[in-house]
Amino acid sequence: MKLISISNLTKNYHTKTKEIEAIDNISFDINDNEIVSIIGPSGCGKSTILNILTNIDKPSSGSIEKKDNLKIGYMMQNDCLLPWLTVFENATLGLKLKSIKNKENIDYVNSLLEKYGLKEFANEYPRNLSGGMRQRLALIRTLAIKPDILFLDEPFSKLDYTTRLSISDDVFKIIRELNISAILITHDIKEALMLSDRIIVLSKRPAIIKDIITLEYNDTLPSEKERTNNYEEITNSIWELINK
Amino acid sequence: MTHEHKIYLKKLKRNRLIIIISQISLLIIFLTLWEVLSRLNIINSFLFSSPTKVFKTLVELYQNNNLFNHIMRTTYEVIVSFILCGIISFILSLTLYIFKTLKKILDPFIMVINSLPKVALGPLIIIILGTNTNSIIFNALLISVIVTTITILNGFLSCDTEQIKLFKILGASKKDTLFQLILPSSRIYILSSLKINISMNLIGVIMGEFLCCKEGIGYLILYGTQVFNLSLVMCGILLLSLLSIIFNLIINKLEKNYSIE
Repeated sequence: MKLISISNLTKNYHTKTKEIEAIDNISFDINDNEIVSIIGPSGCGKSTILNILTNIDKPSSGSIEKKDNLKIGYMMQNDCLLPWLTVFENATLGLKLKSIKNKENIDYVNSLLEKYGLKEFANEYPRNLSGGMRQRLALIRTLAIKPDILFLDEPFSKLDYTTRLSISDDVFKIIRELNISAILITHDIKEALMLSDRIIVLSKRPAIIKDIITLEYNDTLPSEKERTNNYEEITNSIWELINK
Repeated sequence: MTHEHKIYLKKLKRNRLIIIISQISLLIIFLTLWEVLSRLNIINSFLFSSPTKVFKTLVELYQNNNLFNHIMRTTYEVIVSFILCGIISFILSLTLYIFKTLKKILDPFIMVINSLPKVALGPLIIIILGTNTNSIIFNALLISVIVTTITILNGFLSCDTEQIKLFKILGASKKDTLFQLILPSSRIYILSSLKINISMNLIGVIMGEFLCCKEGIGYLILYGTQVFNLSLVMCGILLLSLLSIIFNLIINKLEKNYSIE
Protein backbone atom coordinates (compact mmCIF):
# COMPACT_ATOMS: atom_id res chain seq x y z
CA MET A 1 0.00 0.00 0.00
CA LYS A 2 1.27 3.47 -0.89
CA LEU A 3 1.81 5.88 2.00
CA ILE A 4 3.16 8.74 -0.07
CA SER A 5 3.08 9.30 -3.79
CA ILE A 6 5.15 12.09 -5.32
CA SER A 7 4.56 13.04 -8.97
CA ASN A 8 6.57 15.47 -11.09
CA LEU A 9 7.80 17.44 -8.09
CA THR A 10 9.68 20.62 -8.96
CA LYS A 11 11.05 23.27 -6.63
CA ASN A 12 12.66 26.57 -7.53
CA TYR A 13 14.13 29.11 -5.10
CA HIS A 14 14.16 32.81 -5.83
CA THR A 15 16.91 35.23 -4.84
CA LYS A 16 17.32 38.92 -5.73
CA THR A 17 19.63 38.08 -8.61
CA LYS A 18 18.45 34.71 -9.92
CA GLU A 19 16.10 31.77 -9.79
CA ILE A 20 17.66 28.55 -8.51
CA GLU A 21 16.25 25.27 -9.74
CA ALA A 22 16.57 22.89 -6.76
CA ILE A 23 14.46 19.89 -7.78
CA ASP A 24 13.50 18.99 -11.32
CA ASN A 25 10.54 16.74 -12.01
CA ILE A 26 10.96 14.00 -9.42
CA SER A 27 8.47 11.15 -8.99
CA PHE A 28 8.53 8.23 -6.56
CA ASP A 29 6.35 6.35 -4.07
CA ILE A 30 6.86 5.27 -0.48
CA ASN A 31 5.14 2.01 0.43
CA ASP A 32 4.13 0.43 3.70
CA ASN A 33 6.92 -1.12 5.79
CA GLU A 34 9.84 -0.01 3.70
CA ILE A 35 12.91 2.06 4.33
CA VAL A 36 13.83 4.31 1.44
CA SER A 37 17.06 6.28 1.37
CA ILE A 38 17.47 9.42 -0.67
CA ILE A 39 21.10 9.92 -1.47
CA GLY A 40 22.88 12.61 -3.41
CA PRO A 41 25.63 15.22 -3.23
CA SER A 42 25.53 18.02 -0.64
CA GLY A 43 23.04 20.77 -1.48
CA CYS A 44 21.22 18.76 -4.14
CA GLY A 45 17.83 19.28 -2.49
CA LYS A 46 17.45 16.11 -0.40
CA SER A 47 16.21 17.96 2.69
CA THR A 48 13.97 20.15 0.50
CA ILE A 49 11.98 17.03 -0.39
CA LEU A 50 11.34 16.36 3.33
CA ASN A 51 10.50 20.03 3.92
CA ILE A 52 7.89 19.84 1.16
CA LEU A 53 6.50 16.57 2.53
CA THR A 54 6.11 18.16 6.00
CA ASN A 55 4.50 21.34 4.55
CA ILE A 56 7.39 23.53 5.73
CA ASP A 57 8.11 24.36 2.10
CA LYS A 58 5.77 24.54 -0.90
CA PRO A 59 6.54 22.86 -4.23
CA SER A 60 6.76 24.99 -7.35
CA SER A 61 4.82 22.34 -9.24
CA GLY A 62 3.88 18.68 -9.02
CA SER A 63 1.62 16.78 -6.69
CA ILE A 64 2.00 14.92 -3.41
CA GLU A 65 -0.56 12.43 -2.23
CA LYS A 66 -0.42 11.19 1.35
CA LYS A 67 -2.45 8.48 3.06
CA ASP A 68 -5.27 10.01 5.13
CA ASN A 69 -4.19 11.07 8.66
CA LEU A 70 -0.61 10.08 7.98
CA LYS A 71 1.40 10.67 11.16
CA ILE A 72 4.96 11.79 10.48
CA GLY A 73 7.87 11.47 12.92
CA TYR A 74 10.87 13.67 12.09
CA MET A 75 14.43 13.14 13.30
CA MET A 76 16.95 15.81 12.42
CA GLN A 77 20.72 16.13 12.23
CA ASN A 78 20.63 18.02 15.53
CA ASP A 79 18.79 16.38 18.39
CA CYS A 80 16.92 19.69 19.00
CA LEU A 81 16.40 18.86 22.67
CA LEU A 82 15.15 21.78 24.74
CA PRO A 83 17.74 22.41 27.49
CA TRP A 84 15.18 23.84 29.94
CA LEU A 85 13.03 20.69 29.84
CA THR A 86 13.82 17.42 31.61
CA VAL A 87 14.41 14.19 29.71
CA PHE A 88 10.79 13.14 30.33
CA GLU A 89 9.41 16.54 29.31
CA ASN A 90 11.48 16.45 26.11
CA ALA A 91 10.27 12.94 25.35
CA THR A 92 6.62 13.99 25.74
CA LEU A 93 6.97 17.34 23.92
CA GLY A 94 5.17 16.08 20.80
CA LEU A 95 2.32 14.66 22.88
CA LYS A 96 1.94 17.99 24.69
CA LEU A 97 1.95 20.05 21.48
CA LYS A 98 -0.52 17.71 19.81
CA SER A 99 -2.68 17.68 23.00
CA ILE A 100 -2.55 13.88 23.24
CA LYS A 101 -0.63 13.61 26.52
CA ASN A 102 -2.90 10.94 28.03
CA LYS A 103 -2.07 8.05 30.35
CA GLU A 104 -1.75 5.52 27.54
CA ASN A 105 0.74 7.65 25.62
CA ILE A 106 2.70 8.56 28.78
CA ASP A 107 2.98 4.84 29.62
CA TYR A 108 4.24 4.25 26.09
CA VAL A 109 6.91 6.97 26.49
CA ASN A 110 7.93 5.50 29.85
CA SER A 111 8.29 2.07 28.25
CA LEU A 112 10.49 3.57 25.52
CA LEU A 113 12.61 5.39 28.12
CA GLU A 114 13.00 2.10 29.97
CA LYS A 115 13.85 0.20 26.77
CA TYR A 116 16.56 2.66 25.73
CA GLY A 117 18.12 3.02 29.16
CA LEU A 118 16.93 6.56 29.87
CA LYS A 119 14.35 5.82 32.57
CA GLU A 120 16.75 6.62 35.41
CA PHE A 121 17.57 9.96 33.73
CA ALA A 122 13.89 10.95 33.32
CA ASN A 123 14.20 13.90 35.70
CA GLU A 124 17.66 15.00 34.55
CA TYR A 125 18.32 17.72 31.98
CA PRO A 126 19.74 16.96 28.49
CA ARG A 127 23.09 18.54 29.46
CA ASN A 128 23.74 15.45 31.60
CA LEU A 129 23.34 13.04 28.67
CA SER A 130 26.00 11.76 26.25
CA GLY A 131 25.71 12.32 22.47
CA GLY A 132 24.28 8.83 21.92
CA MET A 133 21.77 9.20 24.78
CA ARG A 134 20.64 12.57 23.42
CA GLN A 135 19.99 11.06 19.99
CA ARG A 136 18.10 8.16 21.60
CA LEU A 137 15.97 10.71 23.46
CA ALA A 138 15.29 12.52 20.16
CA LEU A 139 14.23 9.14 18.75
CA ILE A 140 11.88 8.52 21.70
CA ARG A 141 10.36 12.01 21.22
CA THR A 142 9.81 11.11 17.53
CA LEU A 143 8.26 7.73 18.35
CA ALA A 144 6.07 9.04 21.19
CA ILE A 145 3.43 10.26 18.73
CA LYS A 146 3.28 6.74 17.19
CA PRO A 147 4.13 7.81 13.63
CA ASP A 148 3.22 5.87 10.47
CA ILE A 149 6.42 7.01 8.81
CA LEU A 150 9.78 8.32 10.03
CA PHE A 151 11.62 11.10 8.22
CA LEU A 152 15.30 10.77 9.09
CA ASP A 153 17.28 13.81 7.95
CA GLU A 154 20.91 12.73 8.40
CA PRO A 155 20.22 11.89 12.05
CA PHE A 156 23.49 10.03 12.61
CA SER A 157 25.91 12.39 10.90
CA LYS A 158 27.08 14.11 14.09
CA LEU A 159 27.68 10.90 16.04
CA ASP A 160 30.96 9.04 16.44
CA TYR A 161 31.40 5.73 14.58
CA THR A 162 30.39 3.26 17.33
CA THR A 163 27.46 5.36 18.58
CA ARG A 164 26.29 5.77 14.97
CA LEU A 165 26.25 1.98 14.47
CA SER A 166 24.43 1.40 17.75
CA ILE A 167 21.77 4.09 17.08
CA SER A 168 21.36 2.85 13.47
CA ASP A 169 20.63 -0.63 14.87
CA ASP A 170 18.06 0.82 17.30
CA VAL A 171 16.31 2.82 14.59
CA PHE A 172 16.34 -0.15 12.19
CA LYS A 173 14.92 -2.51 14.85
CA ILE A 174 12.18 -0.05 15.79
CA ILE A 175 11.12 0.48 12.17
CA ARG A 176 10.88 -3.28 11.65
CA GLU A 177 9.20 -3.98 15.02
CA LEU A 178 6.57 -1.30 14.59
CA ASN A 179 6.03 -2.14 10.91
CA ILE A 180 6.38 1.46 9.86
CA SER A 181 8.12 3.11 6.92
CA ALA A 182 11.01 5.53 6.81
CA ILE A 183 12.69 7.97 4.47
CA LEU A 184 16.38 8.39 5.25
CA ILE A 185 18.19 11.43 3.88
CA THR A 186 21.92 10.86 3.79
CA HIS A 187 25.05 11.54 1.83
CA ASP A 188 26.71 8.45 3.26
CA ILE A 189 26.39 5.63 0.69
CA LYS A 190 27.32 2.96 3.25
CA GLU A 191 24.65 4.14 5.69
CA ALA A 192 22.03 4.03 2.93
CA LEU A 193 23.08 0.50 1.95
CA MET A 194 22.97 -0.76 5.55
CA LEU A 195 19.55 0.62 6.41
CA SER A 196 17.44 0.67 3.26
CA ASP A 197 15.18 -1.47 1.15
CA ARG A 198 15.43 1.00 -1.73
CA ILE A 199 17.87 3.77 -2.55
CA ILE A 200 16.89 6.78 -4.64
CA VAL A 201 20.02 8.33 -6.14
CA LEU A 202 19.77 12.04 -6.92
CA SER A 203 22.01 14.07 -9.21
CA LYS A 204 23.66 17.42 -8.48
CA ARG A 205 21.38 20.49 -8.45
CA PRO A 206 18.85 20.64 -10.03
CA ALA A 207 18.13 17.21 -8.57
CA ILE A 208 16.77 14.56 -10.88
CA ILE A 209 16.48 10.86 -10.09
CA LYS A 210 19.50 9.09 -11.55
CA ASP A 211 18.47 5.62 -10.44
CA ILE A 212 16.36 3.72 -7.93
CA ILE A 213 18.22 0.70 -6.54
CA THR A 214 16.23 -2.04 -4.81
CA LEU A 215 18.28 -3.96 -2.27
CA GLU A 216 17.69 -7.52 -1.23
CA TYR A 217 15.20 -7.41 1.63
CA ASN A 218 16.48 -8.80 4.92
CA ASP A 219 16.24 -8.05 8.61
CA THR A 220 19.96 -8.12 9.35
CA LEU A 221 20.99 -5.31 11.64
CA PRO A 222 23.05 -2.49 10.07
CA SER A 223 26.04 -3.19 12.35
CA GLU A 224 26.07 -6.86 11.22
CA LYS A 225 25.75 -5.85 7.57
CA GLU A 226 28.70 -3.53 8.15
CA ARG A 227 30.81 -6.53 9.14
CA THR A 228 29.56 -9.17 6.70
CA ASN A 229 28.38 -7.59 3.47
CA ASN A 230 30.56 -6.48 0.69
CA TYR A 231 28.79 -3.58 -0.94
CA GLU A 232 31.80 -2.43 -2.88
CA GLU A 233 30.23 -2.94 -6.30
CA ILE A 234 26.98 -1.13 -5.49
CA THR A 235 28.89 1.62 -3.63
CA ASN A 236 31.04 2.21 -6.70
CA SER A 237 28.08 2.34 -9.05
CA ILE A 238 26.23 4.83 -6.77
CA TRP A 239 29.39 6.92 -6.50
CA GLU A 240 29.66 7.02 -10.28
CA LEU A 241 25.97 7.95 -10.63
CA ILE A 242 26.27 10.82 -8.13
CA ASN A 243 29.40 12.23 -9.71
CA LYS A 244 28.44 11.74 -13.36
CA MET B 1 32.74 11.32 50.93
CA THR B 2 36.16 10.12 49.73
CA HIS B 3 39.40 11.67 50.93
CA GLU B 4 40.12 12.88 47.39
CA HIS B 5 36.73 14.65 47.19
CA LYS B 6 37.37 16.30 50.59
CA ILE B 7 40.68 17.65 49.27
CA TYR B 8 38.92 18.92 46.13
CA LEU B 9 36.26 20.75 48.19
CA LYS B 10 38.94 22.19 50.48
CA LYS B 11 40.82 23.49 47.43
CA LEU B 12 37.66 25.13 46.09
CA LYS B 13 36.99 26.78 49.46
CA ARG B 14 40.60 28.00 49.70
CA ASN B 15 40.49 29.52 46.20
CA ARG B 16 37.26 31.34 47.05
CA LEU B 17 38.75 32.62 50.29
CA ILE B 18 41.89 33.86 48.48
CA ILE B 19 39.72 35.81 46.01
CA ILE B 20 37.61 37.42 48.77
CA ILE B 21 40.66 38.31 50.92
CA SER B 22 42.43 39.77 47.86
CA GLN B 23 39.38 41.87 46.97
CA ILE B 24 39.07 43.24 50.54
CA SER B 25 42.84 43.87 50.71
CA LEU B 26 42.75 45.80 47.42
CA LEU B 27 39.94 47.99 48.77
CA ILE B 28 41.80 48.60 52.05
CA ILE B 29 45.05 49.43 50.20
CA PHE B 30 43.18 51.87 47.93
CA LEU B 31 41.44 53.62 50.86
CA THR B 32 44.65 53.77 52.95
CA LEU B 33 46.68 55.13 50.05
CA TRP B 34 43.99 57.72 49.33
CA GLU B 35 43.88 58.80 53.01
CA VAL B 36 47.68 58.92 53.44
CA LEU B 37 48.34 60.75 50.17
CA SER B 38 45.64 63.27 51.03
CA ARG B 39 46.95 63.87 54.60
CA LEU B 40 50.53 64.24 53.36
CA ASN B 41 49.27 66.72 50.75
CA ILE B 42 50.76 64.63 47.95
CA ILE B 43 47.37 64.83 46.28
CA ASN B 44 45.19 67.92 46.62
CA SER B 45 42.81 67.09 49.49
CA PHE B 46 40.42 69.84 48.37
CA LEU B 47 40.00 68.28 44.93
CA PHE B 48 40.28 64.59 45.84
CA SER B 49 38.90 64.70 49.40
CA SER B 50 39.77 61.68 51.61
CA PRO B 51 37.94 58.61 52.97
CA THR B 52 37.60 60.17 56.45
CA LYS B 53 36.17 63.39 54.98
CA VAL B 54 33.72 61.40 52.86
CA PHE B 55 32.72 59.41 55.96
CA LYS B 56 32.23 62.65 57.98
CA THR B 57 30.02 64.05 55.18
CA LEU B 58 27.97 60.85 55.22
CA VAL B 59 27.49 61.15 59.01
CA GLU B 60 26.47 64.83 58.63
CA LEU B 61 23.95 63.92 55.95
CA TYR B 62 22.58 61.22 58.23
CA GLN B 63 22.36 63.59 61.20
CA ASN B 64 20.48 66.16 59.07
CA ASN B 65 18.02 63.41 58.12
CA ASN B 66 18.92 63.96 54.46
CA LEU B 67 20.84 60.78 53.69
CA PHE B 68 17.93 58.36 53.37
CA ASN B 69 15.74 60.92 51.57
CA HIS B 70 18.37 61.20 48.82
CA ILE B 71 18.92 57.45 48.64
CA MET B 72 15.22 56.61 48.67
CA ARG B 73 14.42 59.19 46.00
CA THR B 74 17.02 57.81 43.58
CA THR B 75 16.14 54.18 44.43
CA TYR B 76 12.43 54.88 43.81
CA GLU B 77 13.14 56.52 40.45
CA VAL B 78 15.47 53.71 39.36
CA ILE B 79 13.04 50.96 40.38
CA VAL B 80 10.03 52.60 38.67
CA SER B 81 11.95 53.25 35.45
CA PHE B 82 13.47 49.73 35.61
CA ILE B 83 10.02 48.11 35.83
CA LEU B 84 8.51 50.38 33.17
CA CYS B 85 11.49 49.83 30.87
CA GLY B 86 11.22 46.04 31.32
CA ILE B 87 7.50 46.02 30.45
CA ILE B 88 7.75 48.47 27.51
CA SER B 89 10.85 46.80 26.02
CA PHE B 90 9.35 43.33 26.31
CA ILE B 91 6.11 44.37 24.57
CA LEU B 92 8.05 46.31 21.91
CA SER B 93 10.48 43.48 21.14
CA LEU B 94 7.65 40.94 21.00
CA THR B 95 5.68 43.17 18.60
CA LEU B 96 8.73 43.67 16.38
CA TYR B 97 9.42 39.91 16.43
CA ILE B 98 5.87 38.95 15.49
CA PHE B 99 5.36 41.67 12.87
CA LYS B 100 8.52 41.35 10.78
CA THR B 101 7.41 43.99 8.22
CA LEU B 102 6.82 46.51 11.02
CA LYS B 103 10.37 45.79 12.23
CA LYS B 104 11.71 46.55 8.74
CA ILE B 105 9.68 49.78 8.59
CA LEU B 106 10.87 50.92 12.03
CA ASP B 107 14.52 49.78 11.68
CA PRO B 108 15.96 53.17 10.52
CA PHE B 109 13.96 55.09 13.17
CA ILE B 110 15.16 52.76 15.94
CA MET B 111 18.74 53.18 14.69
CA VAL B 112 18.45 57.00 14.80
CA ILE B 113 16.86 57.04 18.28
CA ASN B 114 19.47 54.58 19.54
CA SER B 115 22.42 56.62 18.29
CA LEU B 116 20.99 60.00 19.38
CA PRO B 117 22.65 61.39 22.56
CA LYS B 118 19.57 61.47 24.80
CA VAL B 119 21.04 64.17 27.04
CA ALA B 120 20.28 66.55 24.15
CA LEU B 121 16.58 65.88 24.71
CA GLY B 122 16.79 66.60 28.46
CA PRO B 123 15.87 70.32 28.32
CA LEU B 124 12.96 69.53 25.98
CA ILE B 125 11.61 66.89 28.38
CA ILE B 126 11.77 69.36 31.28
CA ILE B 127 9.83 71.95 29.28
CA ILE B 128 7.18 69.39 28.31
CA LEU B 129 6.84 67.41 31.57
CA GLY B 130 8.08 69.96 34.11
CA THR B 131 10.76 69.74 36.77
CA ASN B 132 9.43 66.68 38.55
CA THR B 133 9.95 62.93 39.00
CA ASN B 134 8.05 62.19 35.77
CA SER B 135 10.73 64.03 33.79
CA ILE B 136 13.48 62.00 35.45
CA ILE B 137 11.73 58.67 34.83
CA PHE B 138 10.95 59.64 31.22
CA ASN B 139 14.57 60.64 30.74
CA ALA B 140 15.73 57.26 32.09
CA LEU B 141 13.28 55.41 29.85
CA LEU B 142 14.49 57.32 26.83
CA ILE B 143 18.00 56.06 27.50
CA SER B 144 17.16 52.47 28.44
CA VAL B 145 14.18 51.30 26.37
CA ILE B 146 15.75 51.05 22.91
CA VAL B 147 18.91 49.23 24.05
CA THR B 148 16.87 46.83 26.19
CA THR B 149 14.42 46.22 23.33
CA ILE B 150 17.24 45.46 20.89
CA THR B 151 18.81 42.98 23.36
CA ILE B 152 15.53 41.10 23.94
CA LEU B 153 14.69 41.13 20.21
CA ASN B 154 18.11 39.65 19.41
CA GLY B 155 17.27 36.88 21.89
CA PHE B 156 14.02 36.10 20.08
CA LEU B 157 15.74 36.19 16.68
CA SER B 158 18.56 33.89 17.81
CA CYS B 159 16.19 31.01 18.52
CA ASP B 160 17.43 27.83 16.78
CA THR B 161 15.71 27.51 13.37
CA GLU B 162 15.86 23.72 13.63
CA GLN B 163 13.90 23.84 16.88
CA ILE B 164 11.31 26.14 15.26
CA LYS B 165 11.10 23.63 12.39
CA LEU B 166 10.62 20.80 14.91
CA PHE B 167 7.75 22.68 16.56
CA LYS B 168 6.10 23.23 13.15
CA ILE B 169 6.41 19.52 12.31
CA LEU B 170 4.95 18.59 15.71
CA GLY B 171 1.95 20.75 14.86
CA ALA B 172 2.58 23.49 17.44
CA SER B 173 0.43 26.61 17.24
CA LYS B 174 2.07 30.05 17.04
CA LYS B 175 1.15 30.60 20.70
CA ASP B 176 2.79 27.30 21.71
CA THR B 177 5.92 28.16 19.70
CA LEU B 178 6.10 31.55 21.39
CA PHE B 179 5.51 30.44 24.98
CA GLN B 180 7.17 27.04 24.90
CA LEU B 181 10.12 27.75 22.62
CA ILE B 182 10.91 31.39 21.79
CA LEU B 183 10.50 32.83 25.31
CA PRO B 184 12.31 30.07 27.24
CA SER B 185 15.14 29.93 24.69
CA SER B 186 15.62 33.72 24.97
CA ARG B 187 15.76 33.76 28.76
CA ILE B 188 19.54 34.35 28.81
CA TYR B 189 19.06 37.42 26.61
CA ILE B 190 16.12 38.59 28.72
CA LEU B 191 18.19 38.21 31.90
CA SER B 192 21.16 40.05 30.41
CA SER B 193 18.77 42.76 29.23
CA LEU B 194 17.93 43.31 32.93
CA LYS B 195 21.59 44.17 33.59
CA ILE B 196 21.63 46.62 30.69
CA ASN B 197 18.26 47.97 31.82
CA ILE B 198 19.44 48.67 35.40
CA SER B 199 22.72 50.35 34.41
CA MET B 200 21.03 52.45 31.69
CA ASN B 201 18.29 53.52 34.11
CA LEU B 202 20.87 54.48 36.74
CA ILE B 203 22.57 56.68 34.12
CA GLY B 204 19.20 58.12 33.03
CA VAL B 205 18.01 58.86 36.56
CA ILE B 206 21.28 60.54 37.61
CA MET B 207 21.28 62.56 34.37
CA GLY B 208 17.66 63.57 35.06
CA GLU B 209 18.54 64.56 38.64
CA PHE B 210 21.40 66.68 37.29
CA LEU B 211 18.92 68.51 35.11
CA CYS B 212 15.90 69.04 37.33
CA CYS B 213 15.84 67.92 40.90
CA LYS B 214 16.19 69.11 44.47
CA GLU B 215 16.70 65.64 45.91
CA GLY B 216 18.49 62.40 45.04
CA ILE B 217 22.07 61.21 44.66
CA GLY B 218 22.45 63.01 41.31
CA TYR B 219 21.40 66.24 42.99
CA LEU B 220 23.94 65.65 45.82
CA ILE B 221 26.75 65.30 43.25
CA LEU B 222 25.63 68.38 41.29
CA TYR B 223 25.14 70.47 44.44
CA GLY B 224 28.55 69.38 45.79
CA THR B 225 30.18 70.50 42.53
CA GLN B 226 28.39 73.87 42.56
CA VAL B 227 29.50 74.73 46.12
CA PHE B 228 32.95 73.12 45.68
CA ASN B 229 32.20 70.58 48.42
CA LEU B 230 34.04 67.72 46.73
CA SER B 231 33.63 65.44 49.75
CA LEU B 232 29.89 65.60 49.03
CA VAL B 233 30.58 64.72 45.38
CA MET B 234 32.69 61.71 46.45
CA CYS B 235 29.96 60.80 48.93
CA GLY B 236 27.38 60.83 46.08
CA ILE B 237 29.62 58.68 43.90
CA LEU B 238 30.09 56.21 46.78
CA LEU B 239 26.32 55.97 47.37
CA LEU B 240 25.74 55.51 43.65
CA SER B 241 28.32 52.71 43.54
CA LEU B 242 26.67 50.98 46.52
CA LEU B 243 23.24 51.27 44.90
CA SER B 244 24.60 49.89 41.63
CA ILE B 245 26.25 46.96 43.48
CA ILE B 246 22.99 46.11 45.30
CA PHE B 247 20.93 46.18 42.07
CA ASN B 248 23.50 44.07 40.22
CA LEU B 249 23.66 41.53 43.06
CA ILE B 250 19.88 41.09 42.90
CA ILE B 251 20.00 40.62 39.11
CA ASN B 252 22.95 38.20 39.35
CA LYS B 253 20.93 36.15 41.82
CA LEU B 254 17.97 36.14 39.39
CA GLU B 255 20.30 35.15 36.56
CA LYS B 256 21.74 32.28 38.60
CA ASN B 257 18.28 30.98 39.47
CA TYR B 258 16.75 31.13 36.00
CA SER B 259 19.56 30.28 33.60
CA ILE B 260 19.62 26.52 33.08
CA GLU B 261 22.03 25.54 30.32
